[in-house]
Amino acid sequence: MSGDQGTGGRELTYLEAIAEALAVEMERDERVLVLGEDVGGTFGGAFKVTKGLAERFGDRRVMNTPIAELGFVGMANGMALMGLRPVVEVQFADFISTAFDSIVQFAATNHYRWGGAIPWVIRAPSDGGIRSGPFHSQNPEAWFVHTPGLKVVAPATPADAKGLLISAIRDDNPVIFFEAKPLYRSVRGPVPEGEYLVPIGDARIARRGSDVTVVTYGSQLHEALAAAERLAIDGIDTEVVDLRTLKPLDVDTVLDSVARTGRVLVVHSANRNAGVGAEVAARIAEEAFMWLDAPVTRLGGLDIPIPFSPPLEDAYRPDATKIETAVRKLVAF
Amino acid sequence: MDADLRISLHAWMVLTRTFDDAMVSMWKQGRGLGGTFSQRGHEAISVGAGMALGPDDVVAPMHRDLGTYLLRGMSPERIFSNLLGKATGPSRGRDANLHGMGDLDLGIIGYVSHIPQALPTTLGVAMAFRYRGERRVAMTFVGDGGTCSGGFHETLNMAALYRAPFVLVIENNQYAYSTPLHQQMAVSDLAARAASYGVAAERVDGNDVEAVYRAVSAAVERARNGEGPSAIEAVTMRMLGHAIHDGAEYVPAELLEEWAAKDPIERHRNVLLEDGVVDTVDLEKMHEVAQQRITEAIAEAEKAPYPDPATVTEGVYA
Repeated sequence: MSGDQGTGGRELTYLEAIAEALAVEMERDERVLVLGEDVGGTFGGAFKVTKGLAERFGDRRVMNTPIAELGFVGMANGMALMGLRPVVEVQFADFISTAFDSIVQFAATNHYRWGGAIPWVIRAPSDGGIRSGPFHSQNPEAWFVHTPGLKVVAPATPADAKGLLISAIRDDNPVIFFEAKPLYRSVRGPVPEGEYLVPIGDARIARRGSDVTVVTYGSQLHEALAAAERLAIDGIDTEVVDLRTLKPLDVDTVLDSVARTGRVLVVHSANRNAGVGAEVAARIAEEAFMWLDAPVTRLGGLDIPIPFSPPLEDAYRPDATKIETAVRKLVAF
Repeated sequence: MDADLRISLHAWMVLTRTFDDAMVSMWKQGRGLGGTFSQRGHEAISVGAGMALGPDDVVAPMHRDLGTYLLRGMSPERIFSNLLGKATGPSRGRDANLHGMGDLDLGIIGYVSHIPQALPTTLGVAMAFRYRGERRVAMTFVGDGGTCSGGFHETLNMAALYRAPFVLVIENNQYAYSTPLHQQMAVSDLAARAASYGVAAERVDGNDVEAVYRAVSAAVERARNGEGPSAIEAVTMRMLGHAIHDGAEYVPAELLEEWAAKDPIERHRNVLLEDGVVDTVDLEKMHEVAQQRITEAIAEAEKAPYPDPATVTEGVYA
């Protein structure tokens, strides 16, 4: 567990922090290259995360691909086996399903089966709340957390986005890096310059508190922090744990917090059923039962495809108000 | 073609067939483990194509390419160890039969069941060579069945687009498990499928080891010279079932008879004898050497240890 989010005056958006991490690593290491749909040229990707990279590093290191996720993630498998460090952009996390075999059957199993390491990163812009409908709003992280051999990262702040992406690129294993796209331009924060690394597998206490713990990640961190401020007005002191890495899970930081507060709410944007929160809740139930003063509670999306229309999408997703209500219920138990 | 090379091609086919015959009888006697895949009918392809590669090239063989594994230097003991789930196999008991037999020191990428995963992976290997400006080639194999899968089309499109040093050998063995070619696709020319993406493609007799060698060598040469990818459709017949449990009663007997008359090893043997490259004494000796090699390999693999269950979680991460 570490809490340092960097100091100093410079602030970047979440998107700028990711772009900076790519540039830092491409500058440092010739083995690092970027590939994906529309990432190259002067266009720089659907969200403009890779804008300027092709001009700076050339088309050889910033490759446009056809619409063929199974093929280009598979290609990254071969590149990585030969010692390159491809960073693959899947344009929307929703489309990662078309590359499923290349990820879960080949990349995830390979080192266990015969020892060939696959050091790639897949950047997957995920999450909703921005009125993008069922196929541009998904949070498919649970599929990959359930897959042995992968690492799964989901940063919530600009500093973590930079530090975890650099760590992911330097990791010798396949890492899926879920970017929370609602945060791209809406969140700004201090980001250390140069080679800033945040270790994979290390949760962060985003807010200290003594009455109740909210465990979350990605965009819901910001909802949880907003809820905590409202709850503080009524004297409810909320601790917020930002998991940052979903696989391997930093169970110790979660258990330590629960041992101090005795009450815990697990929150994520992904649908609740068999989501990452289910594993977190199970670990707490197994290993922190003696400290609990209330049932472990989860808040997630409804078990439905993600709807488009604002009232429907808002009904689907957790938010600060829903978190606040759930915490009040927990505290009153 | 150089006489030594012709003899060598024959010797590797004999070793492959000897391995296969021994493996099939072991499994029929109940001395095997799980399933396995006979190589009968595919020897000219896996040996002819494997021989076309240079020492620094990389190949991702599939489950009917035993000859390529042997040619790359994977010993029969290691392969039998893998088949028997022993700690001494290349997958250390992690992966079954001819899967997971990767060894980067030998330039071999291990196989996965999900067809055609080897194709995009091999394209990535080729792209890594191109990225670093190395004059190396990446080769892989696919069956007729695999040409129906999306990854085949995605890979060939990208291979042509990027002019990758990539060679694909399509082993058209007439059947995808029990489904004959005409029930898999409305076309019969698999090389044309590759050509439609801008990949140089040709069809060869997959039971003629020298023809396979020549075609794949030309493809490897083109790839090495930066002239882009190729696909070679090698036409053959799967002479036994899909896997050891499969009696393949669905294959018409006359079709098997027709192809038995074109057996790749028998044919090559006759050509070598006619051309005076070898005599029957040389050939007998070749078979004896192969038989001894395989008998020793089986004995060694059978007495090798199983993996220690205490190591079961080792190696998930690098």
